[in-house]
Amino acid sequence: MLNLLMDPNTQWVLFGTTLLGITSGVLGSFALLRRQSLIGDAMSHAALPGICIAFLITGEKMMGALLLGAGISAYIGTYCIQAIVRHTRLKMDTAIGLILSVFFGVGIVLMTFINRLPSGNQSGLDEFIFGQAAAMVSGDVRVIAIVAVILLVITLLLFKELKLLIFDREFAQGLGLPTTVLNGLLMTMIVTAVVIGLQAVGVVLMAAMLIAPPITARYWTNRLDHMVIISGLVGALSGGLGTFISAPITGMPTGPLIVVSACTLFLISLVIAPERGLFVKAWRLYQLRKRTAQEQILQSLYERTEEQYEKTETIDAFSREALEALRPLSDFRFKKAVANLQKSGDVEAYKNGYSLTLSGCERAHRVTLNNRLMQMYAMHELQFASLPMEHYNWDFLSIPEDDRNSLDHLLKEHQLQPKLLHRLPETERINR
Amino acid sequence: MTYTFWILLTASLVGISCGIVGVLLILRKMAMLSDAISHTVLLGIISSYLITNSLDGFYMFIGAAIVGVLTTVFVQLLNSAGVQSDAAIGVVFTFLFAIGVILVSMFARDVHIDVEHSIMGEIAFIPWMTVDWFGIEGIPQAVWMLGFVLIIDLFLILLLYKEFKLSSFDPGLAAALGLPVGLLHYVLMGMTSITAVASFDAVGAILVVAMLIAPGATAYLLTERLHMMFILSAVFGVIAAVTGYFIAAWLNASIAGMMATMAGVLFLLAFIFSPTHGIIAKRFSQRKIQQVDIET
Repeated sequence: MLNLLMDPNTQWVLFGTTLLGITSGVLGSFALLRRQSLIGDAMSHAALPGICIAFLITGEKMMGALLLGAGISAYIGTYCIQAIVRHTRLKMDTAIGLILSVFFGVGIVLMTFINRLPSGNQSGLDEFIFGQAAAMVSGDVRVIAIVAVILLVITLLLFKELKLLIFDREFAQGLGLPTTVLNGLLMTMIVTAVVIGLQAVGVVLMAAMLIAPPITARYWTNRLDHMVIISGLVGALSGGLGTFISAPITGMPTGPLIVVSACTLFLISLVIAPERGLFVKAWRLYQLRKRTAQEQILQSLYERTEEQYEKTETIDAFSREALEALRPLSDFRFKKAVANLQKSGDVEAYKNGYSLTLSGCERAHRVTLNNRLMQMYAMHELQFASLPMEHYNWDFLSIPEDDRNSLDHLLKEHQLQPKLLHRLPETERINR
Repeated sequence: MTYTFWILLTASLVGISCGIVGVLLILRKMAMLSDAISHTVLLGIISSYLITNSLDGFYMFIGAAIVGVLTTVFVQLLNSAGVQSDAAIGVVFTFLFAIGVILVSMFARDVHIDVEHSIMGEIAFIPWMTVDWFGIEGIPQAVWMLGFVLIIDLFLILLLYKEFKLSSFDPGLAAALGLPVGLLHYVLMGMTSITAVASFDAVGAILVVAMLIAPGATAYLLTERLHMMFILSAVFGVIAAVTGYFIAAWLNASIAGMMATMAGVLFLLAFIFSPTHGIIAKRFSQRKIQQVDIET
């Protein structure tokens, strides 16, 4: 392994793929946020005929010429997609699929011509389909490095403008930014990033390099600048990893391994990321269900007790059936919630059912009051349209005095104020 | 039965079955999902080879169909986990395809499934790979498979014509009427993957996308009626396949590549000359409107 790393050839290749990872990660972030990820797929496929034509014209494998050819035909492909969407009723996805497959078909046809040329057999153009990073020589890497640095510098200089363009194009236009030019520039930069990646990752899988690092980064941050940096790092890491794993195995194409590394990083982030990760989401859902089950039981108990006290001025315990008639819960959840409520001292179990304790009554009062205020709010939503309940986290006990008073008034009107708590000191004397 | 006859028959079967499935894909805005499926078919074929250790067409067919449907399930899962849909498609298919390529280069380098073949297809070999099924000799395996797939596709589309029509044009209404919209989605995905698998040998993974999308897109520019769109799409599929074969034979170039190119040429012609949606017709009607404006 270490010998391999010392080999200057491998060092060049590793340097090249890492740089590619950074560039495609950075520019992919912009493509992802504009919801144009799959255009990268079309660009890379559409580059194939250009590569072939450049080879047919120059007659040798000159990196610069091939990249130029690839860039031009990828750009034409992108333009065709936009023209189809603008001039017909076909949708974006159909246009992308159409252009990528037809251009690729043209490329394959040209490739059969090249393979019949005397110089064609050794042309190594096949490498462009799956990517063979090991075939990169120091000259190729130099070209890639120069292009990559130019792209990164432009991104850095125009970061503010590009940010505005992708999030709010109309506003950018209003400020007097040349949005058409900027948009064209961004497209050109993405095409260029795709084109320099083709030799290492290949036509078929290049799209993954524009998609996987940015969506990985998206899981870790909500800020564009952080996202671009993380995405670049993820791209670099997967480029390096893929090359590192594939180098010792003869005949193993590098592109697929780079893509698998990038996708693995994505899957890991999908599960463990803070805030958005599946694990955290599942934990939050579990907590919410637990709380809701407890609150449901508390409110049902409160309402049953309230009703009975109204009639007989006594307090009983209530069976599970009586509670479930108001708010049904699954067997498992009911037992669990009751156990939790008993542990926190809010509910006591008797032979004939369950009953609220003094502290439980207070808690149940708050829950019931909140839910009934919510009912009033929902019934008169227009009247409270200006009340930002999302902001208060749907906690009606913390809203401003004025709104609270009018909601209280409505409660009184519908005779729904929870009354039990205020009478409880007397009821405590009643023997259960 | 001559060599050319079998190739033309295979190509036409590919054209028809891809053409009719493609119509539904385009109308339901799922064209890129077919791109994804056609790529992941490779993983299905290689894994069924690794499991059964045989190159029997039937096992490959099953394997590829399963992976094809799994692809859509994964896309759906990522989508519901909050990944935007185009990115979900992009990640899933490249990931599965990359695994397929890695498996091929690790375990199956010497076997008939070489990767380039699977990308570009090799219709020229098809007439020689004959099998004897049901006591009939001398019919190529690909023709059997494509024939079966075409019958299944036709049967499902005719059986569920109304349902597909409604859920393609107004999914909300279809769901409100109680149609199993999700089931229809998976039926279509299943059709797409078996069609892609059967066409795989003939035209390869990426070019099958051209055969799926281009004829349907061409037909969409020429008609307003669904049944006409199916018929036109199948016809264009056959025209692209047949003319592609003859031009490729004439130029001695890749047959599959030329079929895709011809499908693209047909689309380009419709894009320019279509009497209702073509560029020329649109210019013409725009000018007419301008003249009316000036006169009034």
